Amino acid sequence: MSNANLQAASPPPPTPGTPPPAPTPVPGSTPVPGSTPNPEISPDRRYAAVRLLGNELRTTFFRRRNQLLLLVVALFPLLIGIGLKAAAPHGGGGGNGPGAGGAAFFSQLAGNGVFLTFIALSLLLILVLPVVVAVVSGDSIAGEAGYGTLRYLLAVPAGRTRLLLVKYAMIVAWSVTATFIVSVVALIVGVVLFPAGPVTLLSGTTVSLGVGLFRVLLVTLYVCAAMAAVGAIGLAISAFTEHAIGAIAALMMLIVASEVVDNIPQFATVAPYLPTHWWNSFDSLLRTPIDTTTMWHGLLSFAIYAILFLAIAWARFTSADVTS
Amino acid sequence: MTDPELAIATSGLTKRFRGGQLAVDQVDLAVPRGAVYGFLGPNGSGKTTTIRMLLGLAFPTSGSAEILGTTMSAGAISVLSRVGSLVEGPAFYPYLSGWDNLARYDAADRSVSARTAKARIGEALERVGLSAAARKKFRHYSLGMKQRLAIAAALLAPRDLIILDEPTNGLDPQGTREVRALIRQIAADGITVFVSSHLLAEVEQVSTHVGVMRTGKLVFQGELAELRRTASPRIAVRTADVAAAAEVFAKLGLADPETGEDLVTAELGDVRPEQITAELVHADVGVRSLNVESPSLEDLFVGLTGEGFDVER
Repeated sequence: MSNANLQAASPPPPTPGTPPPAPTPVPGSTPVPGSTPNPEISPDRRYAAVRLLGNELRTTFFRRRNQLLLLVVALFPLLIGIGLKAAAPHGGGGGNGPGAGGAAFFSQLAGNGVFLTFIALSLLLILVLPVVVAVVSGDSIAGEAGYGTLRYLLAVPAGRTRLLLVKYAMIVAWSVTATFIVSVVALIVGVVLFPAGPVTLLSGTTVSLGVGLFRVLLVTLYVCAAMAAVGAIGLAISAFTEHAIGAIAALMMLIVASEVVDNIPQFATVAPYLPTHWWNSFDSLLRTPIDTTTMWHGLLSFAIYAILFLAIAWARFTSADVTS
Repeated sequence: MTDPELAIATSGLTKRFRGGQLAVDQVDLAVPRGAVYGFLGPNGSGKTTTIRMLLGLAFPTSGSAEILGTTMSAGAISVLSRVGSLVEGPAFYPYLSGWDNLARYDAADRSVSARTAKARIGEALERVGLSAAARKKFRHYSLGMKQRLAIAAALLAPRDLIILDEPTNGLDPQGTREVRALIRQIAADGITVFVSSHLLAEVEQVSTHVGVMRTGKLVFQGELAELRRTASPRIAVRTADVAAAAEVFAKLGLADPETGEDLVTAELGDVRPEQITAELVHADVGVRSLNVESPSLEDLFVGLTGEGFDVER
């Protein structure tokens, strides 16, 4: 996993005002008759957070709605592959790529099926992947609040910070799954429909298929990092409402607004600070040497967005009354 | 001020909503261990807000709450693992089965072992009679089943205190009886039960203690018997000569006299009914009937909380 992903998944930095991690026993308050503390089950308790995360992942991935979402995500690379195959000129050579996208690697596809992963990722990054991440991240807290299950989870007590971290870990796992589904399906479809072999990069250099596949992995991880950052924004919005649909819609509006502003030349000065600006920068991974400056800028941007919005989510979630 | 004898102790517990409305006003609850505490009050009197503060869901504006001897604060919520609760009706994931719903709440509990989860969930479902419907999706549950599942969730782990907010809301009389039987059963195990209701009749039969809320204030707290004692019996005299009877009452110094068309009533106090009869005869008042009336608990409750329709805010 790339650096940024690890950063994105890490908890928000300790802020002043963080509740002390362990309550110090107050003399006189501990020996309460009739309240024998639960027997220490230390090995079990150590895995308590893992247990809640396991349940969270099961609940998320076994939910019919989410399974349908992943199925739809898997269909897109297939459709794109078939569409491009039908449009591709026979006898190789490239050149007849769809004009709308304008990405440099469209024309490469006819020569190598591996490029379908890059095409699929860059197309789905515009809307489909953000929607998939928005549905689950926007639903994460707001959905629990809407069902009323949030009050019961907190009364268990699940712990507000712990629940938030488990939710974010689930969102990251979800984003990674959705992104990898796109990559893997696109790779399979690409290899079946188009020739496979040594990969000619955008810079003109040809690398072996193995190196090419490694580049696919790096690109996929880069997109995972971008989506994990989107998930953090979704989690933060979700902590402010008990209407999941509202949180999902708000996040989508934000994404689309960012994409629109990013495309207006007059806003070029603010563009690098937009959450969506660096998403498509993964094409620098398809050149030799790799343009690492751009990559790091992108990863830094994702990490900052993730940490900032996790901090906002934490500040809100640990201080607000649960009224649902 | 930790009192080990109290399962719940609050001092000056106050909640002011952001709009400025005072939902809970200086409430000092004292719920003894082992008690079945009926927390009464009309809808909107601040019961649920109080419960939300007890469970750490809402933060008090001022004052503090102690649960099982531990002061509730953001850092010390682990005591809640010994508290089972039902707040404002059942809430579960409609797309999960009853079993999976309980498994989810169980997984969130740090104080219990994953290895014994199956036994715990099975036992809790058994206790509320839902074993047969364990694999059914929650959305297909009937209202009574949903309520029972919520009680099963409250009983999922060994508890010292159970907080039930309006546990019979929306249940048919049979379901209400079932819940009452469950409360008795829980209490018999030595668990403190804190049960809120807007219906006195509902908790009267199971409670040992009651607290009565009115517009955010705790207007009475004590044993149920104590509440009964506060009720002073009244003398009611039916007569054609209301004025003369009232005069006799005044002479005897009876408090709070009220006169109707052909009825005079007053608090009996220390005066014996025989004496009143004698005085009335002596004053030549034609008595049609003379009764000593003790107000029902219901009357007392209404007296404390106000009539149903006078919205006070």
